[in-house]
Amino acid sequence: MVASFSMRPTHSGTMTKLKNKKRNIEENEDDQLPIFDKDGGKDGHLDDDDEDQADLSDSEESIFSGLEESGSDSDDEEDDEEEEDGDEGKSSDVGEDKAASGDGDDRLSAKDVTKPQSSGQNSKKKMRMKKKKAAGKEGGEESVVSDRVSDLKVSSQEDEYEHDTSDEEDIRNTVGNIPMEWYKDYPHIGYNLDGKKIFKPIRNKDELDEFLDKMENPDYWRTVQDKMTGADIRLSDEQVDLVHRLQEGKFGDVNFNEYEPAVDFFSNEVMIHPVTNRPQDKRSFIPSLIEKEKVSKLVHAIKMGWIKPRRPKETTPQYYDLWAKEDPNSILGRHKMHVPAPKMKLPGHEESYNPPPEYLMSEEERLAWEQQDPEDRKLSFLPQKFGCLRAVPAYSRFIHERFERCLDLYLCPRQRKMRVNVNPEDLIPKLPKPKDLQPFPTTQSLVYRGHTSLVRSISVSPSGQWLVSGSDDCTVRFWEVSTARCLKTLDVGGAVKGVAWNPNPAVCLVAVSYDDMILLLNPGLGDRLLCTATDQLISSYEEPEEAKDQPVQWAVSEGEGHEQGHRLVLKHPKAVRQVTWHGKGDYLACVMPDNTSNLQVVIHQVSKRRTQNPFRKSKGLVQCVSFHPVRPYFFVATQRYVRVYNLIKQELTKKLMANCKWISSMSVHPAGDNVICGSYDCRLAWFDLDLSTKPYKVLRHHKKALRSVAYHNHYPLFASGSDDGSVIVCHGMVYNDLLQNPLIVPVKVLKGHSITHDLGVLDVTFHPTQPWVFSSGADGTVRLFT
Amino acid sequence: MGGLQKKKYESGSATNYITRNKARKKLSLSLADFRRLCILKGIYPHEPKHKKKVNKGSTAPRTFYLLKDIRFLLHEPIVGKFREYKIFVRKLRKAYGKAEWGGVERLKENKPVYKLDHIIKERYPTFIDAVRDVDDSLSMCFLFSTFARTGKCHVQTIQLCRRLSVEWMNYVISSRSLRKVFLSIKGIYYQAEVLGQTITWIIPYQFAHDHPTDVDYRVMATFTEFYTTLLGFVNFRLYQTLNLVYPPKLDGQGEINLKSEFEEDYALDSESYTEKLSALSASLARMVPSAEEEETELDHFPTEGEDQEKMEEREKMEHEQIKQKKFFEGLKFFLNREVPRESLAFVIRCFGGEVSWDKSLCIGSTYDAKDETITHHIVDRPSIDTQYINRYYIQPQWVYDSVNAKILLPVEEYFLGVTLPPHLSPFVEETEGDYVPPEKLKLMALQRGEKPQTEDEEEEEEEEEDEDEEEDDQSEEEEEAEDEANLAEIEEKRSRGKSLSVKVTPGKAKAENRKRAAEEEKAEEKRLAIMMMKKREKYLYDKIMFGKKRNVREANKLAAKRKAHDDASKEDKKKKKKKC
Repeated sequence: MVASFSMRPTHSGTMTKLKNKKRNIEENEDDQLPIFDKDGGKDGHLDDDDEDQADLSDSEESIFSGLEESGSDSDDEEDDEEEEDGDEGKSSDVGEDKAASGDGDDRLSAKDVTKPQSSGQNSKKKMRMKKKKAAGKEGGEESVVSDRVSDLKVSSQEDEYEHDTSDEEDIRNTVGNIPMEWYKDYPHIGYNLDGKKIFKPIRNKDELDEFLDKMENPDYWRTVQDKMTGADIRLSDEQVDLVHRLQEGKFGDVNFNEYEPAVDFFSNEVMIHPVTNRPQDKRSFIPSLIEKEKVSKLVHAIKMGWIKPRRPKETTPQYYDLWAKEDPNSILGRHKMHVPAPKMKLPGHEESYNPPPEYLMSEEERLAWEQQDPEDRKLSFLPQKFGCLRAVPAYSRFIHERFERCLDLYLCPRQRKMRVNVNPEDLIPKLPKPKDLQPFPTTQSLVYRGHTSLVRSISVSPSGQWLVSGSDDCTVRFWEVSTARCLKTLDVGGAVKGVAWNPNPAVCLVAVSYDDMILLLNPGLGDRLLCTATDQLISSYEEPEEAKDQPVQWAVSEGEGHEQGHRLVLKHPKAVRQVTWHGKGDYLACVMPDNTSNLQVVIHQVSKRRTQNPFRKSKGLVQCVSFHPVRPYFFVATQRYVRVYNLIKQELTKKLMANCKWISSMSVHPAGDNVICGSYDCRLAWFDLDLSTKPYKVLRHHKKALRSVAYHNHYPLFASGSDDGSVIVCHGMVYNDLLQNPLIVPVKVLKGHSITHDLGVLDVTFHPTQPWVFSSGADGTVRLFT
Repeated sequence: MGGLQKKKYESGSATNYITRNKARKKLSLSLADFRRLCILKGIYPHEPKHKKKVNKGSTAPRTFYLLKDIRFLLHEPIVGKFREYKIFVRKLRKAYGKAEWGGVERLKENKPVYKLDHIIKERYPTFIDAVRDVDDSLSMCFLFSTFARTGKCHVQTIQLCRRLSVEWMNYVISSRSLRKVFLSIKGIYYQAEVLGQTITWIIPYQFAHDHPTDVDYRVMATFTEFYTTLLGFVNFRLYQTLNLVYPPKLDGQGEINLKSEFEEDYALDSESYTEKLSALSASLARMVPSAEEEETELDHFPTEGEDQEKMEEREKMEHEQIKQKKFFEGLKFFLNREVPRESLAFVIRCFGGEVSWDKSLCIGSTYDAKDETITHHIVDRPSIDTQYINRYYIQPQWVYDSVNAKILLPVEEYFLGVTLPPHLSPFVEETEGDYVPPEKLKLMALQRGEKPQTEDEEEEEEEEEDEDEEEDDQSEEEEEAEDEANLAEIEEKRSRGKSLSVKVTPGKAKAENRKRAAEEEKAEEKRLAIMMMKKREKYLYDKIMFGKKRNVREANKLAAKRKAHDDASKEDKKKKKKKC
């Protein structure tokens, strides 16, 4: 209904309304119509009641007229107007009804108000129409009009098309829905039904008139131009109101209630009548053949036992005797490889809810526990004490611990750890008891005091009666072994590095090395015959015919030096560190450590006062040298190796690898087949020359660097002195049987020397006949252990 | 000339191992499924000896499995089920997406299920293997049975766990195989001896769990799935060995006893039977109704000499054990409502005692608190209103301590409101040199049958203290001096192995000196021998000795702490007395 409102054609509407009204109200006054027509052409202001009424209707129609205009509509309208007046009447009636229902009595008053102007306009329209009609039909104006009016009257009376809502269009202009500016330059604005031009209204209004009109005419603002006809239309109050309402987005009809209560057609309530009146299909009454076929098939299948009802599912697991027949063959190979998961650790007292008080953590322990990382903690929980079982709370990490156990079970690699369950006592080697290996020195019996600085070197006379010691205080002292009395003190020019008593018992000579000198002394101790024989031996030297140039200057000391016992002075080009005698007592080797030159080791022959340099090339820093006791071999210890040279063949026979960083000292077994090396990295290496060039045994019994090692001449003993202040005496039995390896047993740790300047024992040497050991230390003493 | 050049990593250890990802791809399983498969089949990673070789030269941290293991997994039928399940989930999701509810129903009905029976058989080819490995399954089942029925896992799983754990407890009761109980702060540990295997499990205290977020419950659920199956089969077999009906049934008498008017109120019909079972107060029905307890008498073999002695000894042991198994027999316990009912009922019933509780507390109570024949009333509150004269009111720890000591301990220390003696772990077996708490020493003396005299002495001492304080002080000083001397002696003994104390006391007899000299000699011998040890052996020896020394240190620390504590408490006591 609303739609029909808005669609309502404008001009045709106005026309029909106009006519209707006329008909309705002035049914009988046909004669007045022409007057009206005439008047309308001249003047819009008429006081005629009839006219008023007609205007009223017009104005009422024109409520909608200004809002819609369409050329296309007008075509149809005109057709309608011509041929189907009934239609028009009907449609107009609809409009009227609506208006009536909407306005009621108000409409009348509104009509009154708008009467004068609208009537004027309408009259103009009427005039135009009349013209058209006149042109189109042979009949006179009046007849046409009256005809139409009568038609309208009939239609309104009949009211039979009340519900028809077909659109009413403007029928005066047939140009259709086109932009009207196309006709801007023409005198006409379109064509009527008969194909005649419709001329524009004569407009003599120029700009000035327009302006004046604007200034003077109070209704200027509500005057609009009809584009189709070019006529000015003054909008009535209702129309203005409608415009306003539409602008505000409201419904055009004032009385339309947009919030009517909604009526549910399809609700939950079951109605007794159907919503749609469609009768049910036939197939809904007839049983389906297809279904019947299917059902009969199923029934048949059930009867035949093909389909069985579904068994109810068992939710609870069924258990049975899984191991009823244990098959030993079922044990796979992998089970032998399987490592069963270790069991959880069993809890100790500290996990108890009421542990003994000593298992509770003290405050510091607790703090320490809290600061540790959780994986470092020894206990994963804090021991707590509760007075009664009731007070014990839930353990918050219970699920965690179970979960960690699960993770361990499936994520941790398992390994069979061979845990050696050894008794530590079993690891200790079974050695012969030291008691059974006696004699060896066990106690410190004498201390030889007198030196004021560290005693670098000591040596015992072959008779075993005298002891010589050289010290950093530039003195050499001679002691009687049995009484610890210092018999003689000799001042030499520098710190004594080495002393060595000639091993030949028929000669009484001591070699003393200090700075770059070697001094051969005759101490004058013991047998007088021996001393004089020695002196004679030295003095009996005859100068050879041709003097060789030697690296060492031999000089015979005289005067005061001779008084003191100096016999020969050998001046070397470099500082001498070690001096050692050959077993026969004629040859003397000395070491001048120097990495760069080949003159590191020189061998002197005392009887011929000859010196030779055995090596052409330097093979490293020489630490110490030694003669083989019986064979013509010469041992040279460099930092890491011990080289054994054959002096007669003049070739290298062996190179012993000591496996240590820095050899400090070396000693050769009196039988000559075994060598021990002490090193600064706390090792003592025993070489068996017949066995291998590698150490037969390495002992790490000292805590600090070894300074000196020594073999006993007769007893199977060897000793080592170290910076830790101790002398360790070992039993080192060498068997004549070549198949039997030497037996090495440490037998005694001798302590006595105090450590000064981080130095302990500097030299050890054995008594030639007794199982006694002498040691000299950095504390300036020499000690005898028996 | 020669053959082809050997390529690297194509033989040897590199081919024996496979990384986890490769294994997963080989099995075409998702990581979660692979994990589940490994858990169920008991496959664990291996640590190769030369990781870099196996890892083809890379040092990236990877998990390696033995290729053999993975090959073994390849023909596992469960793998197929996993794939089926994956497809099932996909179909179900699709059906849900299309809102085909009929399809969903149908799919759900045909959900693929798998059984683990064959895996159990395969992993534990003999029954004893399974029993040996039942520890973890017990702990897990007991934990899961305490979970709330909502949330973390399926209700069926929880119910099954509960059922299995109750079955297990009933088995332990009827086989009398419980050996040790320990109340720890984590939960209650139980140790039973089943078919010669010691089995330990832990039950948490009865509280609602605070479920942690950093725990993967899927892993736990998979383990539980396996464990429930294992435990079910083990239970079945164990029940069979005792001629008990499985699933367990209460015997006729017990059932009659348990009939009560509260039954309807207590639980649903479907659950009331299991609840009655879990009450643990009635014995189970047997397949063959046996006349009394069949006691396995040891067969006597004609033996001679040493064997005879051994046999006798064994017999004696056997008798003792039988006696220990029933040392609660004839005692009637009543549990007050605040004590942990299940644990106590389990323990008491395991050792042949009778137990009951308040009717409203739990189903299955057989007599009430007014019963005149009750001998022990277990209470865990400072005092109780109505007390009967002819029974002991004791704290629950008495039961546990007695079980661990295997004798009925004197009840005096466990009366209401009394400070309890420390509860010691029965699992600790002290070897020589370990610290033994004095309570344990006392207990051992009790077990040997000695009367606890120390207390009396203490009391006497206290009396003396009352009489004369000065004297007491003097005596205490003397005591302290004595203690110190003792301590010094102990220390000396301890230290003798390590260092020589060159202390010579001229006044003492020379005999000791001689002894000491001999000892010293020995020690030196040892030290010298140690010098001669090989490097490797020396290292091992040092390590062992370090461990030993650490143990000694710890023991000393504990002893010192205890002494300090005792001194402090003694002083406290004294002060109190003075105040009085």
